[in-house]
Amino acid sequence: MSDRLTVRKTYKLYIAGAFPRSESGRTYVVNDAKGGFAANAAKASRKDVRDAVAAARKAQPGWADRTAYNRGQILYRIAEMLEGRHDEFTAELRRTGLSKADAAAHVDAAVDRWVWYAGWADKLAAVTGAANPVSGPFFNFSTPEPTGVVAVVAPDDPLLGLVSVLAPAIVAGSTAVVLASELSPLPAVVLAEVLATSDLPGGVVNILTGDRAELAPWLASHMDVNAIDLTGAAPDQAPELEGAAAGNLKRVLRPSGTDWTATPGIDRMTAFLETKTVWHPVGV
Amino acid sequence: MTVFEYAPAPESAAIADVRASYGLFIDGEFTDGGGEPFKTVNPATEEALAEVATADQADVDRAVAAARRAFETVWGPMPGTERAKYLFRIARLLQERSRELAVLESIDNGKPIRESRDVDLPLVAAHFFYYAGWADKLGHAGFGPDPRPLGVAGQVIPWNFPLLMLAWKIAPALACGNTVVLKPAETTPLTALLFAGICRQAGLPPGVVNIVTGAGETGRLLTGHPGIDKVAFTGSTGVGRQIARQVAGTRKRLTLELGGKAANIVFDDAPIDQAVEGIVNGIFFNQGHVCCAGSRLLVQESVAAELLERLRTRMATLRVGDPLDKNTDIGAINSAAQLARIQDLVAAGEAEGAERWAPACDLPAQGYWFPPTVFTQVAASHRIAQEEIFGPVLSVLTFRTPDEAVTKANNTPYGLSAGIWTDKGSRILWTAQRLRAGIVWANTFNKFDPASPFGGYKESGYGREGGRHGLEAYLDV
Repeated sequence: MSDRLTVRKTYKLYIAGAFPRSESGRTYVVNDAKGGFAANAAKASRKDVRDAVAAARKAQPGWADRTAYNRGQILYRIAEMLEGRHDEFTAELRRTGLSKADAAAHVDAAVDRWVWYAGWADKLAAVTGAANPVSGPFFNFSTPEPTGVVAVVAPDDPLLGLVSVLAPAIVAGSTAVVLASELSPLPAVVLAEVLATSDLPGGVVNILTGDRAELAPWLASHMDVNAIDLTGAAPDQAPELEGAAAGNLKRVLRPSGTDWTATPGIDRMTAFLETKTVWHPVGV
Repeated sequence: MTVFEYAPAPESAAIADVRASYGLFIDGEFTDGGGEPFKTVNPATEEALAEVATADQADVDRAVAAARRAFETVWGPMPGTERAKYLFRIARLLQERSRELAVLESIDNGKPIRESRDVDLPLVAAHFFYYAGWADKLGHAGFGPDPRPLGVAGQVIPWNFPLLMLAWKIAPALACGNTVVLKPAETTPLTALLFAGICRQAGLPPGVVNIVTGAGETGRLLTGHPGIDKVAFTGSTGVGRQIARQVAGTRKRLTLELGGKAANIVFDDAPIDQAVEGIVNGIFFNQGHVCCAGSRLLVQESVAAELLERLRTRMATLRVGDPLDKNTDIGAINSAAQLARIQDLVAAGEAEGAERWAPACDLPAQGYWFPPTVFTQVAASHRIAQEEIFGPVLSVLTFRTPDEAVTKANNTPYGLSAGIWTDKGSRILWTAQRLRAGIVWANTFNKFDPASPFGGYKESGYGREGGRHGLEAYLDV
């Protein structure tokens, strides 16, 4: 056993590609599964939510303008970076109470999930778009487009659950503001470090830690957020959040009972797609 | 200029047999309603056409119970091949009775017979025909091998395309195996009740389609009913928001097709005469009572003067009057309330400094009418550039660069439709990609087809109607 004192990490927010503390200066204590001190995580404020939404909005057109192939490559790069930090994530997950084998299996699955979604980037339009045989001399086609800025209330499964809701939200060109698990926020912050080194443009993903019941209503009612994923919302708060989301007719995703280890369907991606249909006359 | 005089060419109102009073259609029977009956008015004459029942809580309960029973005992278990044949039957009956339905639609709604006959009714029959074919092929639609219906759908539709909106709601719902309770608009209930008779002629099992009439309160009772699994609404963004709040937390599925303020963008290389026809069709079709109407004309500055001159010349040839006259281009405004709203927004346009123009135009003494109107000198902040007028009123703005056109087009909380006029293919695709709208018409406008998905971005709602995409709204996926 070395006498060397370890250098601990400061767990901060991830906004616009940078790692700020909460502008409020607030933190909260995160304990490990045995009740011991793990870290002081940033406790984001309403202002942090607004900053994160502004960053996501700013990044969205550029991210959507990337070719689907390029977005797929970047998602694959995230998988590569995650694989490279396998041991670190395993250690983080063990602190949340998983056994070493379970923790490693979760990291494996999270890497594989990024790979799975990476491959979808340049296939979604072929599967969800259409050439429509209308009754007249028109060329008519439908293509999927990203909804815009997506707010994600992430589930408490701190890595695999988070990756499983984040990857589908951004793969088609939307950008995301994520409220990480309140109980186990630290893997989300380490994931932000992966995202920051994967050629993902700043602002495409913004991750906030803190009191989700406090922050979620600000996201649900934010007029510049286009959709909200309530997967991790408390059941007693979800109806209120859905009601607030009606203010600007956000698209609302509220699934129940998802098994994060199962291979996903495409419904999480299509939830944040709009269908655009273009008509043009055919003639000489 | 030569003046063409037209002799009147009226379609016979007698083709439609309007009864003195109408009941609700619940569980295959016409029944009285518990609420205070209301009168539906011919907007071209202001005369009452018929007295129509109002469904109260007990009636909506009965209708939902009938739909549930039909879903569980008949329609849900029925093989798709058999459901398909019922829908094909309905499509054929609609074709057989389309003249009668078109006349009744024009009388109750005020829209020109030329449109109800040539646009609405053919699309209504085509929609049933299209979704009939899906009923036994749902496993191939991309929603899994055996996608299940949702159950009972509560559907509320507007008055601008009464029968067409009914078709957009009922055809996919039934094809997917759901049963429905539908509320038509208060001012245009008659064709929905005639459709109920068609369901009986088709031998459709009782309870599969139920029609409850009434005003907004009946709609609220339906969309708020705990016995339904799905709410589908077409109408204003304001009411859509209320419904989204009402449905919040209930686990009901919801699709909304709401308002719009579409930009119709004319670039300097556009074929001007075609563009003028497209602009006229975009805003004056159906009196402008169209959620996807091209109500904001964005014209490139260098061609604005020429385009507007040709537009005014064309507008002067539009014939406003008797909806049953086959020469009529613009019929009656649907209701006194809608006319008042149009007048209010037009007054606001003038008060805010925009310049109003309408051709000299004799309007009938009786009925609700508004002449085709164009506003120039419109600023993006004016109410007539921001709010949906839902009438024959066009707001003109100009732009210099394609980027400016896109920015102005997207400068609205709505996102339903848009138009692009240019001869350059790459510019069409560039512009279409950047417009935040669910339907983009390039070198055309206001085209509809059952195979073509329709629906909005942003505050124009969510979900699609038409095409394979339209199935998703009625399947448990």
